Amino acid sequence: MAVNLPIYMDYSATTPVDPRVLEEMMPYFSEKYGNAASRSHAYGWTAEAAVEAAREKISAFLGGSSGKEVVFTSGATEADNLALKGVADYYASKGNHIITTTIEHKAILDTAKRLRKQGFEITYIPVDRQGLVDPDEIRKAITDKTILVSVMLANNEVGTIQPLEQIGAITREKGVLLHTDAVQGLGKIPFDVTRTHADLVSISAHKMYGPKGIGALWVRRSKPRVRLVAQMDGGGHEFGMRSGTLNVPGIVGFAKAVEICEQEMAQESERTKTLRDKLRHGIQDHLEEVNLNGSIEHRLPGNLNLSFAFVEGEAMMMAIKDVAVSSGSACTSASLEPSYVLKAMGVGDELAHSSIRFGIGRFTTEEEVDYVAKLVVEKVRKLREMSPLYEMYKEGIDLKSVQWAAH
Amino acid sequence: MAYSNKVIDHYENPRNVGSMDKNDDNVGTGLVGAPACGDVMRLQIRVDDDGKISDAKFKTFGCGSAIASSSLATEWLKGRTLEEATKIKNRDIAEELNLPPVKIHCSVLAEDAIKSAIEDFRRKQKAKRALQTQTQDDPEPAQEAQETPNAPSEGKRSLPIVSSQPER
Repeated sequence: MAVNLPIYMDYSATTPVDPRVLEEMMPYFSEKYGNAASRSHAYGWTAEAAVEAAREKISAFLGGSSGKEVVFTSGATEADNLALKGVADYYASKGNHIITTTIEHKAILDTAKRLRKQGFEITYIPVDRQGLVDPDEIRKAITDKTILVSVMLANNEVGTIQPLEQIGAITREKGVLLHTDAVQGLGKIPFDVTRTHADLVSISAHKMYGPKGIGALWVRRSKPRVRLVAQMDGGGHEFGMRSGTLNVPGIVGFAKAVEICEQEMAQESERTKTLRDKLRHGIQDHLEEVNLNGSIEHRLPGNLNLSFAFVEGEAMMMAIKDVAVSSGSACTSASLEPSYVLKAMGVGDELAHSSIRFGIGRFTTEEEVDYVAKLVVEKVRKLREMSPLYEMYKEGIDLKSVQWAAH
Repeated sequence: MAYSNKVIDHYENPRNVGSMDKNDDNVGTGLVGAPACGDVMRLQIRVDDDGKISDAKFKTFGCGSAIASSSLATEWLKGRTLEEATKIKNRDIAEELNLPPVKIHCSVLAEDAIKSAIEDFRRKQKAKRALQTQTQDDPEPAQEAQETPNAPSEGKRSLPIVSSQPER
């Protein structure tokens, strides 16, 4: 079977809306367009009923006890901001210390940076070569001033799954709140707020075949009851934690996306993992010096992050321009900085500059995987023929012994 | 990022990819950049006895713009005298390829590679002349001359010389 170009292989960036989700959303644009906060007429009641049903479904999916634990936001970035800033503001009298990791999403890292400017102390827990956090490091970092620990469920670049259950056992024992940005892992691996003792969870619809522009912060309501200071003032929507008219079609789509994930996750993850492994072998078995970044064991099923030594990531993306992937090297931005996640894992700058993230998902086909593997092998060979570093490597020159002029 | 058609053309059909013997006295080699920064260029020129560049080759580790900049540089170098070659500026390369501001450093690197290759060639020629003069004065200490730092010693592979880059 022929493949259609371009091929989408960037499912960690976003996912297409599942047709079943879209179908569910449509009436809420055209017929059931009421404002969920309108209490005086049927339009409002219809919208409100849909929103409340969605809350229940999403909270239950996370293992929560009540729909009231779901605070809808514009996405996970806003949820991350609300979690960190909201907790920091509310619990400031209790302590000023927050613990997070070096490989969090920028929505956490930049929020933490701002809080630091406001007088909070932030501890960044490092990760090992496999991209994993050691729970003991978190235990050691907790002080009597610590109010919050924030660790992602799974990393967006290398797909590594963090030991949240062990971390949650520690935060619960120490009486510290635990937040997790669960965006990448949710719908792909089992997750449960009871087992992980998570108190706040950021989630996003568009990473799980729902629409963009809708996310939520799950906030535990009992044992302990988590309090937040709202960061968006207005009509007091979302239990006073996030004002703003609700995105009803988005919320309806989000709930449908969750429902599909709930039913199909086990089977789907098995399938994407098989395809991921096929892609990995299709590339690694035919090329030397291709390194997998991040643990293979504790990893999201659809994530493959490879470094192609002696080939630069952006040139690589240009060579496979009919395949939508991401480069771990942020060369496309003005910063020219390689991925901070790979650097935090101790991957050298040169390999970080040579990394590509492949994201496989619900609609990826085996034919696409075969096509991409073949294309990558061919293009890497071509680019290596053009690479002075590959020539030096072949001549037996240790590239580390060369005195390069940094620029 | 959208690339200009010229960048895409040079990237997809790079001109003059390859290597020349870096120990050849008529070959000048410039190796600039660093793997940690995401780009390394090696540019080589062969200079005829009449002082003209008869051939140029490159190999580049870097993004599409870096590959295109070095490919274009080799095209422009062929047939020029060394003096004319030094007149190729990064601005000319950036203009020809329509490089966006974030990719200007690629053209700077190409200019550095040209300069570095010319320097390497001149250094070799100077060492060769010094060796010839010494050999004429006294046929014995030819062995010694090989120990001078600028003279590439045969048999022992010297690592490429990496030029430093101007500050920007």
